[in-house]
Amino acid sequence: MAEHAPAPVKPPFWNDPWIRAILFQAIALVVTIAFGLYIFDNTQANLRRLGIASGFDFLSSPSGFDIIQSLIPYSATSSYGRVFWVALLNTLLVSALGIVLATLLGFVIGIARLSKNWLISRLALVYIETFRNIPLLLQIFFWYFAVLRAMPAPRQSLNLGDMVFLNIRGLYLPAPEFQTGFGWVLAAFGITVVLTVLLARWARRRQRATGRQFPIFSIALALLLGLPLLTFWLAGSPLVWQIPELQGFNFRGGWVIIPEMASLLLALTIYTATFIAEIVRAGIQAVSHGQTEASLSLGLTSSLTLRLIILPQALRVIIPPLTNQYLNLTKNSSLAAAIGYPDLVSAFAGTVLNQTGQAIECIAITMAVYLTISLLISLMMNWYNRRVALVER
Amino acid sequence: MPEPRVPHSNLPPPTSTTGVVGWLRRSLFSSPLNAVLTLLAVYLLYVTLPPLLRWAFLDAAWSGEDREACRSGGACWVFIRVHLDQFLYGFYPDEQRWRVNAAVLLLILGAAPLFVRTVSSKFKVRLGLGLLIAYPLVAFVLLKGGMIGLPVVDTSQWGGLLLTLVIAGVGMTAALPLGVLLALGRRSRMPAIQTLCVTFIEFWRGVPLITVLFMSSVMLPLFLPAGMNFDKLLRALIGVTLFQGAYMAEVVRGGLQAIPKGQFEAAAALGLGYWKTMGLIVLPQALKLVIPGIVNTFIALFKDTSLVLIIGLFDLMNIVHNATTNPAWLGFSTEGYVFAATVYWLFCFSMSRYSQNLEKHLYTGHKR
Repeated sequence: MAEHAPAPVKPPFWNDPWIRAILFQAIALVVTIAFGLYIFDNTQANLRRLGIASGFDFLSSPSGFDIIQSLIPYSATSSYGRVFWVALLNTLLVSALGIVLATLLGFVIGIARLSKNWLISRLALVYIETFRNIPLLLQIFFWYFAVLRAMPAPRQSLNLGDMVFLNIRGLYLPAPEFQTGFGWVLAAFGITVVLTVLLARWARRRQRATGRQFPIFSIALALLLGLPLLTFWLAGSPLVWQIPELQGFNFRGGWVIIPEMASLLLALTIYTATFIAEIVRAGIQAVSHGQTEASLSLGLTSSLTLRLIILPQALRVIIPPLTNQYLNLTKNSSLAAAIGYPDLVSAFAGTVLNQTGQAIECIAITMAVYLTISLLISLMMNWYNRRVALVER
Repeated sequence: MPEPRVPHSNLPPPTSTTGVVGWLRRSLFSSPLNAVLTLLAVYLLYVTLPPLLRWAFLDAAWSGEDREACRSGGACWVFIRVHLDQFLYGFYPDEQRWRVNAAVLLLILGAAPLFVRTVSSKFKVRLGLGLLIAYPLVAFVLLKGGMIGLPVVDTSQWGGLLLTLVIAGVGMTAALPLGVLLALGRRSRMPAIQTLCVTFIEFWRGVPLITVLFMSSVMLPLFLPAGMNFDKLLRALIGVTLFQGAYMAEVVRGGLQAIPKGQFEAAAALGLGYWKTMGLIVLPQALKLVIPGIVNTFIALFKDTSLVLIIGLFDLMNIVHNATTNPAWLGFSTEGYVFAATVYWLFCFSMSRYSQNLEKHLYTGHKR
């Protein structure tokens, strides 16, 4: 009789991977839910004990405090809901400006870092290594307390060409004032934009069909600048500059950038630019040198090589981490709370929370806003990534 | 009979391409644009550097006891000297400061063998793990006291660089394991675990640290049963750890994704279970791949410790800021911030340099 292999021993049920997976997940879920319930329960009890009514009714009651910078009409009689919009717009303003400035500075520094010029690339390196290793909050404090708060009083303002004034109250800039007739200039600009788009399409089609190139860039530039300027002149220059003037103890007229905003913007730009510079450098270095050589051997000029060969490939590497930096900048703008720039955290999660005591609602709204911004930016990034991703055969 | 042709000996390269002149031409004046840029840069340095050096060193006041010593127009380093003890120890009682020094000395002595190349790696691993477990306990007892005859020093008295280092140290040692666990959870095939981890990570990564700290100071008291209270420092530690743990998780996940599937399959074929596969095969390779990312997160954490000033802890940043608002020493904020910036810079820069070294040292040809 043939010998049987011993019958396989069935492993005990707790060693069955499938049962184990279910068990682990059940435990994780139960623990999470129990923890959530525990916190919910405690919060309910605490709120009852402290006599705080939860809910969002407080948003419609008047705030009773002033905000030093608001993009929409606001006064102390406005509601807490209005404070939210003012604060949100302030956050978005400083983030958007910061993103633009940091991108410009970052690209310049990143390209300087790759320069063949030894001195320039060393200077860029020193800049990067210095500013990215110093906490952002410290940089904000430095610009705010050591530089801008140390500016002279309005009467002794630093004067730049009788147009721009810098003092302890902020940076005063001339503001444009549009007269009647400026609408014509805007209309002319709109028409040229449409014209340029049509022209560019036609030029591309013609190049596809015949191979003949059209100097689209210079002609478009001439159109975009020329036509609006011509209309501006014909309409009788309907634009005057309102120059800030010293009246009594302060300046009137013009635009003012408050020191809180200026220091926040400076610090955010300088700090984030170091990271962007490194991203740009890495992105350009990631394009292999063979690409440049191949392009040159095809007869493309060096500027065309840069525009058509190197940049599109470098951007593919640059864009995802760059978006990450934009996200970081937006979140870092919340450090405004430390110097009193009225952003979302400072004005809403700070002042409103302290006045109303609605801690949970205020913090939840604030976090939800930041989460939404993060989500939107990462959705956009994913969309872009899919568009430029390598299509491999 | 014609003479045999003797080739001329090689000519030296043209003098314009070698030596200092050659270097200058190559790297500073290779084209008109570069020449202009070089001159601009030199001018920029000429304008900024001498006044800066004069302010920081030549005209600076180094000795003295009060602000009367600082009339030279240069930097007033007396301000730093007078406040130095405060900047280092915060409000830690004078007669107890030896305990802080002892804790630092202990760490340096204990960790020194880890940085010596000749020590065997087996010993290093044991020492490292031992330190990781034992040192926090020893340091806590030393700093906080209340045992073995040491008087209690409440955490509200900790401050300055000491507090910064405590937060950074605890944050780093806690965020890395948390990040590894979260990353493993995110890569797990169990849907519930995966969802929990993804939600956790994305939540913390989506909000600014400052709102987390805000939350820990205004919402935590609501979440806990009445009467139960957390130490302020502990709250900050929890906030910083959870926040950076989420970032760490994403870094580690990058490493996990880079490990080829064959490694998992080989481990399974050898009969290794999940934890052994991860601990012995996958994580050592994955973590090595992402050392730069881990150190970057550590550096970010170190810089982020400055945010605890929002909830009223007196770390290095806050205590320097506090000293600059002292009525007896008004007007020296630049010196204070420059000092604090230098300290932060030294720590961050040495961390990044060390990680570059480590990367080179651990390099085993995994980069292709």
